[in-house]
Amino acid sequence: MSVIAVLEQADHQWNRLSFEAIEAGRKAAQIQNVPLEAAIFGAGIESLAREAAGYGVSKVWALDHELLQNYTPDGYAAALEQLVKREEPSLILFPHTYQVRDYAPKVAARFGKALASDVVDIRADGSEAIFVRQLFQGKLNADVKLGGPPQFASVQAGAFRSVPVGPAAAPVEQVGVQLEGSAIRSKPETPFRETQRTVDLGAANIIVSVGRGIKEKENISVVEELANVLHAELGASRPICDNGWLPMERQVGSSGQSVSPKLYLAVGISGAIQHLVGMKGAKTIVAINKDENAPIFETADYGIAGDLFEVVPALVEEFKKAQG
Amino acid sequence: MKIVVSVKQVPARDSSLRLNRDGKWLEEADLSFEINEPDAYALEEALQLKEKLGGEVVVVSAGPERTLQTVREALAKGADRAIHVVTEERGAMDVFITAQLLAKAIEPESPDLVLTGLQSDDLGYGQTGVIMAELLGFAHATIVMEVEPQNGSFRVKRELENGWYQYVVLPLPAVLTVQSGIKKLRYATLMGIKKAKTKEVKSIPVSLLGIDAAPRMTIERVYAPRRSKQTQMLSGSPQEMARQLVEKLRFEARVI
Repeated sequence: MSVIAVLEQADHQWNRLSFEAIEAGRKAAQIQNVPLEAAIFGAGIESLAREAAGYGVSKVWALDHELLQNYTPDGYAAALEQLVKREEPSLILFPHTYQVRDYAPKVAARFGKALASDVVDIRADGSEAIFVRQLFQGKLNADVKLGGPPQFASVQAGAFRSVPVGPAAAPVEQVGVQLEGSAIRSKPETPFRETQRTVDLGAANIIVSVGRGIKEKENISVVEELANVLHAELGASRPICDNGWLPMERQVGSSGQSVSPKLYLAVGISGAIQHLVGMKGAKTIVAINKDENAPIFETADYGIAGDLFEVVPALVEEFKKAQG
Repeated sequence: MKIVVSVKQVPARDSSLRLNRDGKWLEEADLSFEINEPDAYALEEALQLKEKLGGEVVVVSAGPERTLQTVREALAKGADRAIHVVTEERGAMDVFITAQLLAKAIEPESPDLVLTGLQSDDLGYGQTGVIMAELLGFAHATIVMEVEPQNGSFRVKRELENGWYQYVVLPLPAVLTVQSGIKKLRYATLMGIKKAKTKEVKSIPVSLLGIDAAPRMTIERVYAPRRSKQTQMLSGSPQEMARQLVEKLRFEARVI
């Protein structure tokens, strides 16, 4: 028995969330009192596997096969199923990436299990692991227990801090994955970016972001004025861009841009996790929202629970005054 | 083209979330309910595909009696008929059990395509669609932004992270989990609401579906998250709060 942390790479580049999954795995392995191992998928991944061996794991499993060169849910699920059947781990832990969301539930289902997805903490109840998940877009937490092995869980970006790599101390073992091309039903094309971005929110010092609370496209100008006074870039949460009220390139969050400005003002944004992961690196965060229980206030340094249509114009006046 | 859309009824976005007595779920009496938003987009995509390709749209939902309201709304928007798997479950449903119930209800329909939202707004597991695909033996793609029919297959645009996308070609039958915002949602017309009353809703009690009902995940406790940051909440009139904030940003945080 072991805890296996599943690492993610594309084109031989690590997804850095892989190392957060290792740290989460370390915690779970301590609780369950079993060794921590890692697994990596791909084709020609020896050097990555050796690098992974430096993250304080006792073994790295290499699922190396030419049909794993490009990600497909059928290929990855079949490969991981073979490792789980062979090693019978107590827990398989993933980073909660879009890729993991695509195939991890499929693997779990093959063992008659579900995935404790998007876990923000792992705690002990004796030698049993309790997985902490968010409900209602972060408004509530739930302690969740999984049944007997194998257990499956994925951890939220930023919930565990990754440690720096050390010397590659652990052995790398090839799994010897058996795969047939005919078993892979979907044909992926090359990933692409939509358009060249003209707005680089990542470089902005101050960002004023607007969310659902703005209600109508016509009201965006209220927030735009605040951005102008502060010489800030205008950002937005996903629903605003989905509605076409602001261009997609202004979207902050997991599917948009990740930003780390000096000052981030979230206006009428409730703070769904998909948004928070894109902005929680900001130095100072201000949240303005009419719902005092909105999760955005958990992340904010300064919070104003109030009507943005009253607060924002007042702020514009005060900032103007402050600038003389 | 026969399209099944799987929808979930969830507490409305602005519901007040009060815990129930055993602290494992919410006080349902306080809640109003609505269709899970990503599922509304899956329904919209299904209706538009039907308009383009012809065929039938069947809505499937698993939940207690109240779920019928959400099912009727989907019919009013243009779905042709519905299957309601009637659960007695109070509280959070186990995602694996839900997926099994839905797959069992869908299987005899032999659909070409099953659409559902990428995740639910309440439990947020984001895996009902993928588990259904596995149980049905269908191919799948998640976080889908565009659906293009081709000869006997579909080419779909998937959202990846950080502004990347990818096209994937899938054979039929397939399950697609749909991202919110991919099309503009329609409203039900008066005529649609009237027609919905005469459309077929097949009710299936859970006991008839013969699933393995052992829970895979048990919620031990639900609670408000602890603040990870010391948040200063300002108070007063809008003008007073604005003045305080500017002061704090200048002299305390020193960011402007």
